[in-house]
Amino acid sequence: MGDHHHGPAKGLSRWLFTTNHKDIGTMYLWFSFAMFILGGFFAMVIRAELFQPGMQLVEPAFFNQMTTLHGLVMVFGAIMPSFVGLANWLIPMMIGAPDMALPRMNNWSFWILPPTFLLLASTLFMEGGAPAFGWTFYAPLSTTYAPPSVTFFIFSVHVLGLSSIMGSINIIATVMNMRAPGMTYMKMPLFVWTWLITAFLLVAVMPVLAGAVTMMLMDIHFGTSFFSAAGGGDPVLFQHVFWFFGHPEVYIIILPAFGVVSQIIPAFSRKPLFGYDSMVYATASIAFLSFIVWAHHMYTVGMPVAGELFFMYATMLIAVPTGVKVFNWVTTMWRGALTFETPMLFCIGFLVLFTIGGFTGLMLSIAPADFQYHDSYFVVAHFHYVMVAGAVFSMSAAVYYWLPKWCGKMYNEAMGKTHFWISFIGFNLTFFPQHFVGLAGMPRRIPDYALQFADFNMMSSIGAFIYGASQILFLYNVIATIVAGKPVSDDKVWEGAEGLEWTVPTPAPYHTFETPPKVDPEHAHS
Amino acid sequence: MSFEAKRLCKLALGPVLILMSAAVAGAEVNQVNMSQGATDVGHDIYNLHMLILGICTVIGIGVFGVMFYSIIYHRKSKGVTPATFHESTKVEIAWTVVPFLILIGMAVPATSTLLDIYDNEDAELDIMVTGYQWKWKYEYLNENGENVSFFSNLRTPQSEIYNTENKGEHYLLEVDEPVVIPVDTKVRFLVTANDVIHSWWVPELAVKKDAIPGFINETWTRATETGIYRGQCAELCGKDHGFMPIVVNVVSRDEYNDWLGAKQAEAAEIKALMAQTFTMDELMERGEAVYQRACLACHGAKGEGGVGKAIAGSPIATGELGVHLDVGINGVPGTSMQAFGGQMNDVDMAAVITYQRNAFGNNMGDMVQPIDVFNYKKG
Repeated sequence: MGDHHHGPAKGLSRWLFTTNHKDIGTMYLWFSFAMFILGGFFAMVIRAELFQPGMQLVEPAFFNQMTTLHGLVMVFGAIMPSFVGLANWLIPMMIGAPDMALPRMNNWSFWILPPTFLLLASTLFMEGGAPAFGWTFYAPLSTTYAPPSVTFFIFSVHVLGLSSIMGSINIIATVMNMRAPGMTYMKMPLFVWTWLITAFLLVAVMPVLAGAVTMMLMDIHFGTSFFSAAGGGDPVLFQHVFWFFGHPEVYIIILPAFGVVSQIIPAFSRKPLFGYDSMVYATASIAFLSFIVWAHHMYTVGMPVAGELFFMYATMLIAVPTGVKVFNWVTTMWRGALTFETPMLFCIGFLVLFTIGGFTGLMLSIAPADFQYHDSYFVVAHFHYVMVAGAVFSMSAAVYYWLPKWCGKMYNEAMGKTHFWISFIGFNLTFFPQHFVGLAGMPRRIPDYALQFADFNMMSSIGAFIYGASQILFLYNVIATIVAGKPVSDDKVWEGAEGLEWTVPTPAPYHTFETPPKVDPEHAHS
Repeated sequence: MSFEAKRLCKLALGPVLILMSAAVAGAEVNQVNMSQGATDVGHDIYNLHMLILGICTVIGIGVFGVMFYSIIYHRKSKGVTPATFHESTKVEIAWTVVPFLILIGMAVPATSTLLDIYDNEDAELDIMVTGYQWKWKYEYLNENGENVSFFSNLRTPQSEIYNTENKGEHYLLEVDEPVVIPVDTKVRFLVTANDVIHSWWVPELAVKKDAIPGFINETWTRATETGIYRGQCAELCGKDHGFMPIVVNVVSRDEYNDWLGAKQAEAAEIKALMAQTFTMDELMERGEAVYQRACLACHGAKGEGGVGKAIAGSPIATGELGVHLDVGINGVPGTSMQAFGGQMNDVDMAAVITYQRNAFGNNMGDMVQPIDVFNYKKG
């Protein structure tokens, strides 16, 4: 580095005022891990209460606060910011840009998050307790019948939306304007593609969520009746608006995970991704379909049969592009030269478990069958297979894969593999039995249950404690690597790694690609 | 064997018992699959569920088979050199078109079952189902004679929920008064709610319909076997969402007619009582029974309070009668004191107000007659 380059500032101001994409990425990643631990703690309270039938540890009202905050913190605090952190670190390095297009806004989109979650968590100590209406906050339970803290919840959601929209605008502006010469759209790594599409989804639906909570605010404080039947409003309207946001939201969570897996599987198969173009088109198709399937969350609200049929057929269609993705990953592995380092193990775990979650998703799309599955533990099992085994597993894979590049040190492989296996066993022990109790008739979001569900719930709780404990091993491994890991000097780190981020020195210097790199047309994307 | 010991045994025997219990129909211990239930629609849904599950299993075996073949035989440690192939239009068209065709194969039976479920016509009996926080109200419509309507509350005592007593067989799935329907009869449920959204779900009758304030949803069932079927509220509806079960008693037509006749006679009796004037002793006796059923859980056996305020010496129970009636009939918004005006008949309301004003050392000496409640409600 020349003398005119600035290194990081010293002390706290480095982090408070930074506009460096790597610093901001790091802060996003640590923040999301902290939220993952917090949300995980709420999950542990839930599973501890459900360990046995009967009320033991908490009261039903507090149990509802736990399920609500667990969902909100995991979705908005853990998973979404973790992928934004990854985007910050990797997108500029993958497209050969020196930084994000809008660095100061980048700083803001991160720094409004911690106070927001502090505010949201503080509702636990307010009179009437924290929001207790589920992360889907259906009106009128979240309006007329909500605790006073709902107003703080609404404000939090507004600010989270703001943060997400700013982050997305930044990603769109970066990808569209800052690619190195020769880095055409169809040469971008898939992680960049999936994030570009995700960013458009976010810009499209976060304002819809803001609209929904604004209507709630008006109903609660300003005498309107958007969602109150007594005043001529419509409680079902809330669900339509919410799920118009909510369904794209689940793809916002999973698409960057697809991107991660599409980078890592080819690397450890030592073979190019089978169908790059079809992966891009499949991602775009999934994003498009996500806008026309929202009411499959609402099969039981009493829609006309024509509506049910439309949403059922549209939802079933999602299986096609999702299938294309799974087939592509498997075909990429076919006749490769596979090795099974921790990132690859997590990707294979992802592939198996996400596919199971996809199958149960297809089952749930069948409207008549959904009349039995809806709002049961079958749904809980389904979305944890796609959210935890989908998003969280791929995020773990990403951290192990890129950590050596970030900090120039190699993690402990044996500990990484142990983390994977404990996670894998704990996860399945937690969520597989939930399919059974759901099919047998156990509703979700109940603090206590009938005796015939006792054994599977106990298994589920034991699994959850195992899964939770395995994350402490993860944290330890990451910290141990940063503090005292074995130094890595190879720029490429992994034998099969492809892409511009592997052409910069290890550890990645504070500033990279101040002059745009030459893009090798053969090896542009993996 | 105690419940705990049984459970430990079962956990130890694990898979064997799971398979054994799966073979028994109905909501069994450790049931692993959807129940076929007691209706034709339930059978159709079950078959659809098994069809999709079967197709998914076959596809899963194929995909995972290929994947695990690669994992076993295409590993670097075996000294393989990686192939370099990528993209094949033929393969990619195939794995787009074939799944699409499979989906069409699923959509056909799904559509026909859905159309069946939506055929609400020709019901022989209509029952209005209203969700309350946290109980269900049933009203039998369409019948000659008196309308029959009642609330159905959780019967499991707090002592079982809070583990001071052993849990009964139907823990959390038992109510004080089940809804009764005749077998082999198309029964239509008109589902709505009084406060927040609830959802009326009885797995074995293959019915789940959201109860939404301001809307009336229709659904139906035709049970082909008599029996007792249990379900729960399926939509988060607040604190006691987990404590508002549903019990449906499917009986023969004769039994149903007898039951309905008895309920109508009871309703007629109440109607007759409404016009009567009672003595203090009669009101106090009835009031005590009503108090124990409706008030005791929150206000305590001696009116000492608990979740709710104390009744003994309370400014309301020893204050102006109109205010007392207002609290009983309309509840106190924003607190757990519900509006009992719609949940209790005027005789019971008159009795319980009288009881509260003259028990627990309140000794107000005044009485409320059913006609007073009636007039108060009219405004």
